Amino acid sequence: MIEARNLWKRYGDNVVLERINMTVAEGEFITMVGTSGCGKSTFLKMLLGTEAPSSGELLLDGARIPDEPGPDRGIVFQQYSVFPHMTVLENVTAARAFARKGITGYLFGAAQRRARDEARAMLDQVGLGNALSKYPHELSGGMKQRLAIAQALLGKPRILLLDEPFGALDPGIRADMHELVLNLWREHKLTVFMVTHDLKEGFYLGTRLWVFDKLRQDPQAPHAYGASITYDLPVGKLDRALYEEIDDNLRPVAAPV
Amino acid sequence: MKRLINQRPGATLGLALGLLPFVLLLLVYIAGSEARLAENAADKLLPSFTQIGEAIQRMAFEPSKRTGEYLFWVDTASSLTRLGLGVAFAAVVGLFVGMLTGALPLIRAGLSPLLTVISLVPPLALLPILFIVFGLGELSKVVLIAIGITPFIARDIQRRTEEIPTEQLVKAQTLGASTAQILVRVVLPQLMPKLIDAVRLSLGAGWLFLIAAEAIASTDGLGYRIFLVRRYLSMDVILPYVAWITLLAFLLDLALAWLSRRLFPWNLQGGR
Repeated sequence: MIEARNLWKRYGDNVVLERINMTVAEGEFITMVGTSGCGKSTFLKMLLGTEAPSSGELLLDGARIPDEPGPDRGIVFQQYSVFPHMTVLENVTAARAFARKGITGYLFGAAQRRARDEARAMLDQVGLGNALSKYPHELSGGMKQRLAIAQALLGKPRILLLDEPFGALDPGIRADMHELVLNLWREHKLTVFMVTHDLKEGFYLGTRLWVFDKLRQDPQAPHAYGASITYDLPVGKLDRALYEEIDDNLRPVAAPV
Repeated sequence: MKRLINQRPGATLGLALGLLPFVLLLLVYIAGSEARLAENAADKLLPSFTQIGEAIQRMAFEPSKRTGEYLFWVDTASSLTRLGLGVAFAAVVGLFVGMLTGALPLIRAGLSPLLTVISLVPPLALLPILFIVFGLGELSKVVLIAIGITPFIARDIQRRTEEIPTEQLVKAQTLGASTAQILVRVVLPQLMPKLIDAVRLSLGAGWLFLIAAEAIASTDGLGYRIFLVRRYLSMDVILPYVAWITLLAFLLDLALAWLSRRLFPWNLQGGR
């Protein structure tokens, strides 16, 4: 479904990504890990359409991904991806309103009732069924992310992009969220791309793990070479030794034991 | 003994400390007034509270001998009308100019330099032009207030629009929203409490332009009255008028703050 052909991304002289070649089939769940600044978020932004490749091609069903965000690609950011001035229910109902043509983005009458019912069902599914009339500032971090996911899913995207969605959450809540995302992925038959800085997350969540790293290094000019996908691994057949190898590669200094 | 930097007043002490300067000022005034009046009973500079009370009675509760109007209330009504019209116009224009320049890069490129230049023109220097163009009637006073604060509101709203996290705008687009839908449902509602804040901040300037315009060319209004009675050194009228203007400004600010809290409960904690 998605294909990259010799994809590069540069900002001036600074090469962020180089020689990315990959194909992704419908229904895969890909987690992307790498050191900070390795370009994994940039790659996600190219899928999203807020960044364009410098050279090479990034294709969705054989056509170039448009250079602006669209309804086929849903997104959940680490923060700020819900609307603070709408209640939980309005946040999700708005997804339906935005999907229709119109100047105002408000729904009325039967369309509004239908959208509300759908929104309620989706909110029940993510566990926010009893917080419908709360505003986002009254929700915990985990609940906000549940809301953002519900909102994105009601837009019925084919591809769901997750940009470190659980980075700001406590470990216990994170485990719940993993389960939620896995369930929704199966149920809605989504293709998921998730950026994370937590290698463990990448190792058991999803079907495929990508590690972004620089293959070539020039200590005199650290920005001369970009990162590419150095590991492309099927999740499920991974062992402890490989985990430690990647873990070592991602950390410049050995972690204290 | 705690460091001074860590000592905080309790509720009662805080209130007492807050009232103290007012009481002191009042005492100083009374003492000064009495001393001057003892020297010369016809002194007009520091009238006693009895004299001020009589002036209030004359202005507010007795019809004027010449026109039969209750001058104090007529002045208040015409001043508040001018201020309200000017500020409302500035708020509406400022909101739309600010939102469009903040949200749409093409419009920003076209309007931003002009807006910057306009906001640097001292509005009072334009007053003669306004009198020439719009005449000495109501319009030129309202226009002065509007011209004086529109650029401030527009630039403030533009900045607030740019502060809305990009994530929200991207999110709306991934849900299929058009530019118009994003402006109406995501940007505009979040700007409303910011608009109230901007209006609160610009009311001070609004009063300044109002009183300046009334002082120069008017036949009624709070500013007109205090500049008129200045000729007779009528401090007994000027002082209550100034206190009244201050009270009105305070009440307006309080009402707007209350309105903002009431209408936009989601904005309480920074609105994130």
